[in-house]
Amino acid sequence: MSVATTTSSRPATARRTTIGLKILMAGTGLVFVGYLLLHMFGNLKALAGEEAFNDYAENLRTVGEPFLPYAGLLWIVRVVLLLSLVGHAYAAYSLWARAGSARRTKYAAVKTAARTAWMRWGGTFLLLFVVWHLLQFTIVKFSVNADKQGPDVQQNPYELVVASFQVPWNTLIYVLAMVALAFHLSHGVFSASQTLGLTGSAQAYRRAKLLGHAVAVVIVGGFLVPPFAILFGLIK
Amino acid sequence: MNLTLKIWRQAGPRHPGELVTYKVKDISEDMSFLEMLDVLNEELNAKGEEPLAFDSDCREGICGSCGLMISGDAHGPERTTTCQLHMRSFSDGDVITVEPWRANAFPVIKDLVVDRGAFDRIIQAGGYISVNTGSAPDAHSTPVPKENADRAFMAAECIGCGACVAACPNASAMLFMGAKVTHLSELPQGQPERDARVVSMVDQHDHEGFGGCTNVGACSQACPKGIPQDVISTLNKDLRGALRG
Amino acid sequence: MTDTTVNAGITHGLYTDGDPVADTKAPAGPVQDMWTTRKFEAALVNPANRRKLDVIIVGTGLAGGSAAATLGEAGYNVKVFCFQDSPRRAHSIAAQGGINAAKNYKEDGDSVFRLFYDTVKGGDYRSRESNVYRLAEVSANIIDQCVAQGVPFAREYGGLLDNRSFGGVQVSRTFYARGQTGQQLLIGAYQALERQVAAGTVQQYTRHEMLELVVADGRARGIVARDLVTGEIETHAADAVVLASGGYGNVFYLSTNAMGSNVTASWRAHRKGAYMANPCYTQIHPTCIPVAGEHQSKLTLMSESLRNDGRIWVPKNREDCDKDPRDIPEEDRDYYLERIYPSFGNLVPRDIASRQAKNVCDEGRGVGPMVGDFRRGVYLDFADAIARLGKAAVESKYGNLFDMYARITGENPYETPMRIYPAVHYVMGGLWVDYDLQSTIPGLFVTGEANFSDHGANRLGASALMQGLADGYFVLPNTIRDYLAKGPFEPLAPDHPAVVEAQTSVEERTARLLAINGERSVDSFHKELGAIMWEYCGMERSEEGLLKAIDLIRGLREEFWRNVRVLGAADTLNQSLEKAGRVADFLELGELMCIDALHRRESCGGHFRAESQTEDGEALRHDDEFLYVAAWEFGGGEGLGETGRPVLHKEDLVYEAIELKQRSYK
Ligand SMILES: Cc1cc2nc3c(=O)[nH]c(=O)nc-3n(C[C@H](O)[C@H](O)[C@H](O)COP(=O)(O)OP(=O)(O)OC[C@H]3O[C@@H](n4cnc5c(N)ncnc54)[C@H](O)[C@@H]3O)c2cc1C
Ligand code: HEM
Ligand code: SF4
Ligand code: FES
Repeated sequence: MSVATTTSSRPATARRTTIGLKILMAGTGLVFVGYLLLHMFGNLKALAGEEAFNDYAENLRTVGEPFLPYAGLLWIVRVVLLLSLVGHAYAAYSLWARAGSARRTKYAAVKTAARTAWMRWGGTFLLLFVVWHLLQFTIVKFSVNADKQGPDVQQNPYELVVASFQVPWNTLIYVLAMVALAFHLSHGVFSASQTLGLTGSAQAYRRAKLLGHAVAVVIVGGFLVPPFAILFGLIK
Repeated sequence: MNLTLKIWRQAGPRHPGELVTYKVKDISEDMSFLEMLDVLNEELNAKGEEPLAFDSDCREGICGSCGLMISGDAHGPERTTTCQLHMRSFSDGDVITVEPWRANAFPVIKDLVVDRGAFDRIIQAGGYISVNTGSAPDAHSTPVPKENADRAFMAAECIGCGACVAACPNASAMLFMGAKVTHLSELPQGQPERDARVVSMVDQHDHEGFGGCTNVGACSQACPKGIPQDVISTLNKDLRGALRG
Repeated sequence: MTDTTVNAGITHGLYTDGDPVADTKAPAGPVQDMWTTRKFEAALVNPANRRKLDVIIVGTGLAGGSAAATLGEAGYNVKVFCFQDSPRRAHSIAAQGGINAAKNYKEDGDSVFRLFYDTVKGGDYRSRESNVYRLAEVSANIIDQCVAQGVPFAREYGGLLDNRSFGGVQVSRTFYARGQTGQQLLIGAYQALERQVAAGTVQQYTRHEMLELVVADGRARGIVARDLVTGEIETHAADAVVLASGGYGNVFYLSTNAMGSNVTASWRAHRKGAYMANPCYTQIHPTCIPVAGEHQSKLTLMSESLRNDGRIWVPKNREDCDKDPRDIPEEDRDYYLERIYPSFGNLVPRDIASRQAKNVCDEGRGVGPMVGDFRRGVYLDFADAIARLGKAAVESKYGNLFDMYARITGENPYETPMRIYPAVHYVMGGLWVDYDLQSTIPGLFVTGEANFSDHGANRLGASALMQGLADGYFVLPNTIRDYLAKGPFEPLAPDHPAVVEAQTSVEERTARLLAINGERSVDSFHKELGAIMWEYCGMERSEEGLLKAIDLIRGLREEFWRNVRVLGAADTLNQSLEKAGRVADFLELGELMCIDALHRRESCGGHFRAESQTEDGEALRHDDEFLYVAAWEFGGGEGLGETGRPVLHKEDLVYEAIELKQRSYK
């Protein structure tokens, strides 16, 4: 057979396509999923009491020693997460903008695709939430609990968490964020499998959908346990 | 049955358009949707109003010419082409909105007629196997496992109607493109150009102004040929393959 | 029973006799060697010169798309035209059943000679041996080419290609892609074409309709086309023009053709001097969904492959015709094809199956709703097949057809028998071409359904796709080079009288159509013409009926140019204007078809003259008088819609490789 290859394969071009952006979004999204699983696991330590939780927080800073400096791995993770967040949001917002201009005249009679809106607005809400969350527990470490203030609370991770979730409105923010996260993940994990080309048959496609729902339930469920435990006084 | 139709009228590519209300009477349920529009056109012509422009050719669901957005559903409420949609899917008194496919990559030419030339250009970018006439080996020299042949066929059923784009919230043409890429990637004959094909086609797709995919599946729901979502997965996988290579 | 009436056409002054066609240009020698000889003798064009040679191809169906791709690959400078918005929408896309090829993969005794023989016999000995042999010869290459392009033909579990048998033959030589063979083949050709567009060898003009042929200094040198979006009338010049514009079955208004299928390209060429051959040979396909009502805009074919497993019957008694078919006991059913033709049964050729369906309905034993005084339908019953093979097997074979039937009729064919009735489907007639596929105008080539060349008076199933691709991939590219080797011709100046004439005539015609502003819509004329054609020039034709039809058509044509109403403007997309131009040409073609049918006082293939039948009602040929191709020259005509008396040129058919026989499928 005489087969003439008319164009050479061009990875550079491939990367710039919409699908290239999607792959970036899927890859970074999965980094978050991995991180969230670890993070959730850590949070659950709160159920085991103050010591276990604070040991865990300290452990996070000492793993890898002496090959890595104190808190080295933590910083690596932070940088990866930050880059991922930037990449993910960049891809999401540029695709959003593209989609917006791909149909300038709208339909008079529309049946909207709710999931797409959820991903975009839900994702944006998550971004705002992440900022709030980091300010609260990582960067500024302030307490929203009027009764529990001061360095004792701020420098004891366990105390800070307990203090924060005793405040209903703060817990509500977290619950809403988790609802958004649940929607985001149940579509996102499936969507990432599709974007990475892992759903090339009807069966694999159905499985990826199930996986999305499962991951969402596990992560969100896991995250919600400690705040509720605190709110209802199971943890003091 | 008697119906109220709100139909998009637009005199030309650069003219503004609007929805115009018409009433049609005594529509038989054995008519196809387009035959119902034929009836309207005969009436308009008799009244001295210019008939409505819409595309159709084979009227048997295979050429892909027809395609209307019917009350928010691409090709109407059934999974079929507009020409194969019959009036028994509607009831007396219904109000039906009829619009053209909407996507910047499919500009309106007149009324309900749009320009889908972007699809041809995507195929030009690589939707083929390069084999000059006369140079082919015997057809039995390369057996194709039935499974692959069947999946290739399933994907090759795409009629290029554009309903996937019309239904997609992002006006993305990934289903159309995924169908072609899957058709060719499933076959041994399609392997040599596999990487180059997908990169050029996706590149052209983006260049035409279609949106990216958010994997919501509105396209497959609208597709008259039932092209499934997994062809988009194959498309993505092939692109990822090209990224590596 | 021989017919003794005088030649009505001549006596009524409807046409005149001309000289016989001198030469078909087939090389001398045995039919098996002709094609090799021709390919060798055809002049070559130096690759460097090909770029300087312009070829226009009108049509992007199997015949045009494949030719454009192949000529583009060879390096010619090709312009290809279609009226749809994409080449992929040409009506070849609608072919369902399959494509024949003498591959003998089934080892069931097939061969090039057998395919040749079957095709000539199927055509009721009214086709040219040389062309048909060549068709059979290149058929195998088509399959190779298509598979290499990625056409997903049906395969067996071992990975090899599957075949089925098709009406009118006893070997399995039909390759298929479920019920979408035409689609898959066309997509293959389309992709090859788009590849050439990308390579810059082919320029593609979609939404362009050819409205006139430019004949300058005795050669076809270009076309005048209307850009259907802007309305602009453009002249395109070339060294050769190829028409691959499909069939004209839409002259009947209701047919299985696409809404836009038309005769305009061919008819314009005919008016410019190309002979029209055997225009009355029309194929009426037996398995179509019956007409449901007045509003009907087209008819839908159900693939003939259904006849492999479905059994055709009507009630024995008229009283049963409106009963639920499932309540009619076995002994009260008449499986008439199995009864009359025990050896071929339900698989008899199309012309026979169609006429028998008409006969039983004429006897008052048809089923379904009343159309006029009769019920027009027969049952195609899958109950036995479902019992024998299981519903799943039937579904996997015919699922898409059953779905289509259910969608259109609202009935479930797995439960009640389908109703079918014959409908116009294909035309064997078309522009006359020689062995090189060149018409009587030098430089004008015609391929695919638009020419008359290969199917005689009746086409066998799965052989039109074969012909279209044979013409486009293998025949034309080899024969046209012999002509192009004489070029490039002198550039055609925009003020050449031939260009000016062609361009102005199109502009005037367009202006006239828009100016009439009469009372009746284009469709109403088209419907009326169709009804006349179906009644008098359909499945059964008679002298009396044809004379009447000619009168009626003339009257209708006169009214058309006086009373049609075409709204809108010339300089935008105007679908009424497009239709009007097409119907105007159908109104001229219809008359020629009737004259041709009138002059051929024999029955052959799809042409059944009531006056020429055997005692048991079978078609009776008269080889002594009519063993020829009727090639009609345009009779001239001054004003719009005026036609003079056509001139009949006969091309005698000579059978050397195959013995002439009366067809029998009993
Ligand atoms: C429903 C159906 C089923 C069939 N099934 C089978 C089958 O199973 N097997 C088989 O062998 N055959 C079958 N046939 C017959 C076969 O499909 C056709 O004969 C064949 O495909 C014709 O191909 P073509 O290329 O000659 O013309 P077409 O495919 O009709 O193409 C005509 C082209 O010409 C263009 N054109 C026409 N007029 C103009 C103009 N004035 N200006 C510009 N462009 C113009 C059109 O745009 C189009 O591109 C079937 C036919 C029908 C209708
Ligand atoms: C920090 C928590 C976040 C996590 C865990 C996360 C996770 C994911 C995952 C796994 C995907 C699937 C990728 C794909 O299919 O291509 C995804 C998609 C997406 N994310 Fe996020 N994301 C987060 C934050 C955000 C933010 C801040 C935005 C802001 C806009 C966002 C918007 C999107 C969008 C629009 C998609 C595409 C949806 C689709 O493919 O259908 N995400 N996200
Ligand atoms: S994928 Fe489906 S909806 Fe999209 S163009 Fe093809 S047939 Fe139409
Ligand atoms: S008109 Fe051909 S698919 Fe509808």
